[in-house]
Amino acid sequence: MKYAYFPGCSAHSTARDSHMSTLAVAHALDIEMVEPIGWSCCGATAAHQTGRVLAAALPAANLVLAQHMGMDMVATCAACYNRLKIANFEISHSPEMREHVSDAIGRDYDGSVRVIHFVELLIKDIGLKSIRSKLKKSLDNLKVACFYGCLLVRPHDVMQFDDPENPTSLDNLVNMMGGESLDWPHKVECCGGGLSLTRTDVVIRLTDSILAMAQESGAECIAVACPMCQSNLDMRQKDITKATGRKYNMPIIYTTQLLGLCLGLSPKELGLEKLIVPADKIIEVIEGK
Amino acid sequence: MTIRITKKSSRSGIVGNIEELSGVNLSTCYQCKKCSSGCPVGDLAGSPPSEIIRRLHLGADEELLESDIVWMCMSCETCSARCPMGIDIAAVMDALRALALKKGTPAPEGNVPLFNRALLTTVKLFGRTYDMGMIAAYKLGAHKFLQDTGKFPEMLKKKKIALILPRGSDKKTVRRIFRKTQVKRDSKP
Repeated sequence: MKYAYFPGCSAHSTARDSHMSTLAVAHALDIEMVEPIGWSCCGATAAHQTGRVLAAALPAANLVLAQHMGMDMVATCAACYNRLKIANFEISHSPEMREHVSDAIGRDYDGSVRVIHFVELLIKDIGLKSIRSKLKKSLDNLKVACFYGCLLVRPHDVMQFDDPENPTSLDNLVNMMGGESLDWPHKVECCGGGLSLTRTDVVIRLTDSILAMAQESGAECIAVACPMCQSNLDMRQKDITKATGRKYNMPIIYTTQLLGLCLGLSPKELGLEKLIVPADKIIEVIEGK
Repeated sequence: MTIRITKKSSRSGIVGNIEELSGVNLSTCYQCKKCSSGCPVGDLAGSPPSEIIRRLHLGADEELLESDIVWMCMSCETCSARCPMGIDIAAVMDALRALALKKGTPAPEGNVPLFNRALLTTVKLFGRTYDMGMIAAYKLGAHKFLQDTGKFPEMLKKKKIALILPRGSDKKTVRRIFRKTQVKRDSKP
């Protein structure tokens, strides 16, 4: 299976671990991922908050590349995934938007390229059964709080990823790997997203509430599928202690890293040493099995 | 907060402008406050989403664009997902931001528009975001030099932030997009 792979800007900076583990898992499962030549930024929240046409045109410039490759577009960052899908939705539902966007990017684009998240690809295109047959190790009943955040599931009309209030895709993956996904109430809360630098106080408050709930629910780690959620939840734990006195030592692991370990890949090729809160204990348990 | 009701028509203020920009019909809101209950910053903001809508109903003018929630809202879309009347409240927040940018309304605490400009400038220059440049430009502008500096050594050691400039993107198309979609302001601030 061959896909156009949109790494997103963070793949070469704050989310190299997401990028590395995605490519390693894809390789192990015989999924071919081809980066479109010349791909550019999706515009993220900054473009979305600046102008509607700008917010649709930046993703469209990338989608049109995938269209020329004749492939579906896979994203691993929930923010890119969200912006790519919303651009498709707006362009295909409004002839006026299509016209503006096509003028901005310099070629006609109709909004029809299929956009999927890598987790969706694993579940829908590959299938849990097929992945299970390739597992070499087990999560050994590891208690995992699956965190979806905002951008994977909302707006539901556009994303159609999963249930917007109680999604279960990541949970199904974790359970398939022999883990115990927890039923907890903060699956689709907001981590503060792009406010990390501008309103750090807000991010500290929101991540504190998510981490507290995961801890109370008995989680040994939180599994994520978004670089922004990962970085906010992972990097702010010490800041939360400074601000509130509450202590956390909760590893925030990409779902692809957990899957990579179960496929027998090494922690190094999955970028696990890059986590701020180390996941050594979890790695030991999985590798020991 | 106190809302003063005057004899002005209830369609005065910026409500018409916001409805046009967002494409939503705000008159269907009956103030159930589900949006405010689910809003992650609802209790931090001066006016949570339902109150913003009520103030629009009552003829609020451009002063509404200065509300802290306008730039505290991260478009998590929980409000839109839970509105029983299907009002796209997130689109209303987008419209408030668009109008604030057009009018040159001063940015509240955190200066999110400055951060957005810093991010988009790196995209304009390199075709992709460049974290180091974006963070430096924002910190210089917002006078937050020392914030999070303690994190850099660990991030550099773990290669969690890129030092080298992004390469390989189609910068020509990206610049064309920025040129074609430039937002025109009513007047300089």
